[in-house]
Amino acid sequence: MLGLEKKDFRLLLIVVALTMLAPFILNPFPEGSDMAQFNAGYPDLMQRFVIFGILAIGFNILFGLTGYLSFGHAAFLGVGSYAAVWMFKLLSMNVIPAILLSVVIAGVFALIIGYVSLRRSGIYFSILTLAFAQMSYALAYSVLTPLTGGETGLQPKPGDPRILDGALAPGETATPGFFGLFDMRDSLELSVGSWVFTFNAGYYFAAVLMIVAFYVSIRIFRSPFGMMLRAIKSNQTRMSYTGLNARPYTLAAFVISGMYAGLAGGLLVSMDPQAGAERMFWTASGEIVLMTILGGAGTLIGPVLGAGFIKYFENIVSKINKTTLEGWFYWLPDGLEDFVITLIYPFVGKGWHLTLGLLFMLVVIFLPGGLVQGGQKIAAAFKRKKPDDAKRSATEPAE
Amino acid sequence: MTNSNFSRRRVLKTGAIASAGLALPTYLRADGHTGFTNAPGDSEVTLGFNVPQTGPYADEGADELRAYELAVEHLNGGGDGGMLSTFSSKVLDGTGILGREVKYVTGDTQTKSDAARASARSMIEKDGAIMITGGSSSGVAVAVQALCQEAGIIFMAGLTHSNDTTGKDRRANGFRHFFNSYMSGAALAPVLAANYGTDRKAYHLTADYNWGYTTEEAVKSSTEALGWETVNAVKTPLTQTDFSSYIAPVLNSGADVLVLNHYGGNMVNSLTNAVQFGLREAQANGQNFEIIVPLYSRLMAKGAGANVKGIFGSTNWHWSLQDEGSKAFVQSFGTKYGFPPSQAAHTTYVQTLLYADAVTRANSFNPCAVVEALEDFEFDGLGNGKTLYRGADHQCFKDVLVVKGKENPENEFDLLEIVEVTPVEQVTYAPDHPQFAGGDLGTCNPGA
Repeated sequence: MLGLEKKDFRLLLIVVALTMLAPFILNPFPEGSDMAQFNAGYPDLMQRFVIFGILAIGFNILFGLTGYLSFGHAAFLGVGSYAAVWMFKLLSMNVIPAILLSVVIAGVFALIIGYVSLRRSGIYFSILTLAFAQMSYALAYSVLTPLTGGETGLQPKPGDPRILDGALAPGETATPGFFGLFDMRDSLELSVGSWVFTFNAGYYFAAVLMIVAFYVSIRIFRSPFGMMLRAIKSNQTRMSYTGLNARPYTLAAFVISGMYAGLAGGLLVSMDPQAGAERMFWTASGEIVLMTILGGAGTLIGPVLGAGFIKYFENIVSKINKTTLEGWFYWLPDGLEDFVITLIYPFVGKGWHLTLGLLFMLVVIFLPGGLVQGGQKIAAAFKRKKPDDAKRSATEPAE
Repeated sequence: MTNSNFSRRRVLKTGAIASAGLALPTYLRADGHTGFTNAPGDSEVTLGFNVPQTGPYADEGADELRAYELAVEHLNGGGDGGMLSTFSSKVLDGTGILGREVKYVTGDTQTKSDAARASARSMIEKDGAIMITGGSSSGVAVAVQALCQEAGIIFMAGLTHSNDTTGKDRRANGFRHFFNSYMSGAALAPVLAANYGTDRKAYHLTADYNWGYTTEEAVKSSTEALGWETVNAVKTPLTQTDFSSYIAPVLNSGADVLVLNHYGGNMVNSLTNAVQFGLREAQANGQNFEIIVPLYSRLMAKGAGANVKGIFGSTNWHWSLQDEGSKAFVQSFGTKYGFPPSQAAHTTYVQTLLYADAVTRANSFNPCAVVEALEDFEFDGLGNGKTLYRGADHQCFKDVLVVKGKENPENEFDLLEIVEVTPVEQVTYAPDHPQFAGGDLGTCNPGA
């Protein structure tokens, strides 16, 4: 259906179901309980899940298929963000033109960087992209301050022209919306018993775009073009001996994945209209690589899972402080309580990087295929023994 | 979909579960029936403390968090009450805010605007925070301030010194107690003229970002007004750790004063380099060569060690102040943590108290009522003498301290000595002063 094989279509349906029901799935604990700390079903984080999902899906088209490791992907995210904010400032608070422009600008930017960087492969390519991204960061941070707002970042202001929108009513703030039908921050809350579920307009808008992005990615994976990209990954030299020029294919993959990043950047500022230079810093690029590897590079759903995993840690675990821990372990005898808290404290709050690092190590060592491989292992353990079949369906881990 | 066999038993079971679910109290609502975002319940109110716990300003962030915890303790009636007893407004009585116990949530800004906004949004959307405070970089403060304006939450800025926070990026829902670049320049210039004379040639090294620019501009215009000349102003990258190549040309430039518009680790490194190059012993234009650091903090002085001796700078507050408010604060902070508080801790503690006080006087948590209570509010007893929260730009106006690195420190905290307390009149400016122009407060936004 929709030009997909049965298996892929099932995967798409699963993704649709997961994203549409996310407000329920991510809020499993009743409000006010101790476990409510682990609820992730609030608009900001749900939006981040799907937006960084888009980013990782796009990155995976480049890295997962061609094996070219771009270490500067955050630059496209940043460029897309700036483009969208300028659209908000100059044209209208409607998100559609902003997102279109951010995709186009990121695509053009990717074309330029890709044209230069793709003359080299392997580590040299990674370093080139890293250098370009750091250059963009440095430019945005200081030299281009009039254009990017420098360290302070760029944000829409009450006094901006916004030629398509009417003047603001006194006391009104300009917020990104969709043709005046709804604002990105509009939410509907459903209370069932002591559970509260939030349905946010911006989240569903981003989720629909992620599903489209996911669908396009499946089509690319299964297309002859995708096959060509895989061929580049497995042996580029052999490919050129057969008379094929690999450059146009890698460049196309690079631009497509840059446009995905631009889309993610445009969406980020649509949900939260502020673009800062640190969005392009090399650690941000590194995070994208981590997301993809953690989830499973070269698999369809992996990068989305990886993105969700990292964002969850960044936003949930980093907010557990000492008082929260004391709330959890108050029932232990005093000495033991202090001991347990001292033991756990370095891994939560500001130590969330540490926890994430440990988990990343565990995943890379024991599940080189990422979280997807973990899922497959669990599924295989539950399946009735069909040794031949199980062997065939296991995905080879990406290098 | 071939094996969907509905047995009677299964249908009944599902029906029973579904009706049990429906029997739970269920209601659907859009925001907007309380009149403002995150209206607190009857027993508790949640504040959001958004500070850098990782990254270059983590030290300041940790000290801010200590001060917040202390403020919450005092508001809830714990500890010795700290500055509650010296504060000129007496409506806070240790029973929380408007009878609600104060709870708090914390987040890590990582000194990045994006991370700070994400963390602030989760406080607003998930934890129901009614007020966000913190930050120790102007970029973060401006970003979070704009977010709070959009969300309809009050923002009480922490350590942010750039003019823009209450200048071109001012917002109706945001308030700053800390002083700013302009005030530093205005307070420093007369002291510098008195000590170093009016015939001086200055060379600026400026951190290449927003705060650096406004500080350079402020110091330049204040000193030039007194007859100084600016020879050159060079931007240095924020990530620079070795400033040798920037310091080397200074001696041959004809300048006799070096102004380091650097903060935190930058300042520690550039000052150390400058001293190693022998600038302090050098002579130029027949006068002793001098170094100036416009924004000082105790944590920075500690990092730079003996190099700060005799070097002038300005600061918002210092623990050695002898007024009642400062003494009470240093006392209760010291008792709890075992060392004196930094200026970052002081400003965040005061901001929390000021917010609680404004809510109590307004008798409402509604942001617009709080804004009204804070605008043009005059108070005393919080460590800086008589202070005004100006309504036109939500900036506090108070005396500014000019300090100097101490020649013979008695202990590891006793690094700065107060040279002069510059009276507030001397650092006051018009809300539309050129260094602050282009801003628009807008109107307060109560959110939902």
